[in-house]
Amino acid sequence: MFRDIWETFLGFLHNFGAMCLFFVRLLQYSPSVIYKRFSLVAYQVYNAGALSIVIIMVCGLFVGGVLGLQAYANLERFNAEDTTGIFAGFALIKEIGPVITALLFAGRAGTALASEIGLMKATDQLSAMEMMAVDPIRYVAVPRFLGGVISMPLLTAIFTTIGLAGSHLVAVELLGVDVGAYWQQLQNALDMEDVMEGIYKSITFGFIASLLAVWEGYNSVPTAEGVGRATTRTVVITAIAVLVFDFMITAWIL
Amino acid sequence: MKRPTTGVEELPDNLIEICDVDFSRGSRPIFSKLNLTIARGQVTAIMGPSGTGKTTLLQLITRQLDPDSGTVIVAGDDIADLSIAELYKLRRRMGMLFQNGALLTDMSVFENVAFPLREHTELSENLIRNVVLMKLHAVGLRGAAYMMPSELSGGMARRVALARAIVMDPGVLIYDEPFVGLDPISMGVIAKLIRQLNTALGITSIVVSHDVKEIGEVADFSYVIADGQVAASGRPSELKNEPSELVRQFMLGLADGPVAFHYDAPDYEEQLLGKSSD
Repeated sequence: MFRDIWETFLGFLHNFGAMCLFFVRLLQYSPSVIYKRFSLVAYQVYNAGALSIVIIMVCGLFVGGVLGLQAYANLERFNAEDTTGIFAGFALIKEIGPVITALLFAGRAGTALASEIGLMKATDQLSAMEMMAVDPIRYVAVPRFLGGVISMPLLTAIFTTIGLAGSHLVAVELLGVDVGAYWQQLQNALDMEDVMEGIYKSITFGFIASLLAVWEGYNSVPTAEGVGRATTRTVVITAIAVLVFDFMITAWIL
Repeated sequence: MKRPTTGVEELPDNLIEICDVDFSRGSRPIFSKLNLTIARGQVTAIMGPSGTGKTTLLQLITRQLDPDSGTVIVAGDDIADLSIAELYKLRRRMGMLFQNGALLTDMSVFENVAFPLREHTELSENLIRNVVLMKLHAVGLRGAAYMMPSELSGGMARRVALARAIVMDPGVLIYDEPFVGLDPISMGVIAKLIRQLNTALGITSIVVSHDVKEIGEVADFSYVIADGQVAASGRPSELKNEPSELVRQFMLGLADGPVAFHYDAPDYEEQLLGKSSD
């Protein structure tokens, strides 16, 4: 049994090391891909980012609405419902915006990236590129990775903005919190560091979610079952990694 | 270095030489001291029962895989010694037709064929257009230039992939199971194209296949691979008279022989009537 655990641990280290090397190659090739193949990167920003906007906006609206409801219900007991904006705003900007956007990104764009690359591998498209002397990491992996990295902060900004609007809609329009108090309290309480915390997190999550999606797709077993597994692993591992890194960044900043 | 002794030394100028190659997948040996040569300017067929490593051999020739030991020499260079840049330079002189075509699914037929030109040349758009249309015309699919791969039949997809494989005017064309899953008309078309392209362009062709009849019509020289080694070699017409039982079973398509009909299993009667729950 100990031998199995030891071998599993060694396998994990081997995979982790290989993924780190893959990450270094992605970073190493990124400048030349941006310079020479910008159209591919732009298309992937559309593919991973623009096509995720609807789900991000809908989820942002309802998450903001729930935050407005919860904040109002709890703060009202202390006659502090005017601070609903602070509660919802801080939660959205520092934590919930980046984290839920990353989880939604993993579910929508991450799975699409992993399955697309996995299918390209299963149908020999990546091998065909290699045989045409075109490096598939430069042509396939790097543009998709960069597309995710660029998209994530933008999607987080959209999620947070729509979330604030949803919270405002519930707290101000439905529950009767004073509109001036709602925004004034938030503006007074919020510092640039708070916004930067959300930005740092969204950038980090962009790297994590994009790397894992591209890695899982690129290293999937080239069969229908293998692609399915890679897609599932992308969501599961990204969710765990995002929550672990969220804790680490929050602990570091606080 | 010792040259392979496979009976083809009399053929002129070998383009590819495989010398004492060993290769295993995990604990399963695929090749053991494999030796063969591919003569320049000819159509060479690599045949053998399923699972004998025919596609693996192509992957070794193109260095998609590295052998455990032994050397693979292409155009005078041991490809294990090539840097990635040198390997890619060599691959530009090779075209490969994959089993399912391997067309890039997000590009049209035209863009698929134009892809290597756009990646490796500075040709003007007008010239690229003309070259692509010429190559598509050569495989009879100029009219399908603006279709998407999902709109093509299996045979058409393979012909488009063939046009893409020849667009850089390679010196070597490698076909991996070009006849699998095709109707008789498409098989005939592909066989005709293999022969035509070889003759017209003066290239070296390597065809991996187990379609004995089709390959017999196009190949100048054939190897039969079994049990990790060359079981027989010669002109296709000669192979049918091979004394080897295995080669005869393969060439004549016999259901039973050295390659047994039944996979290894416990005794039938004992398994059915015995107490064992296996």
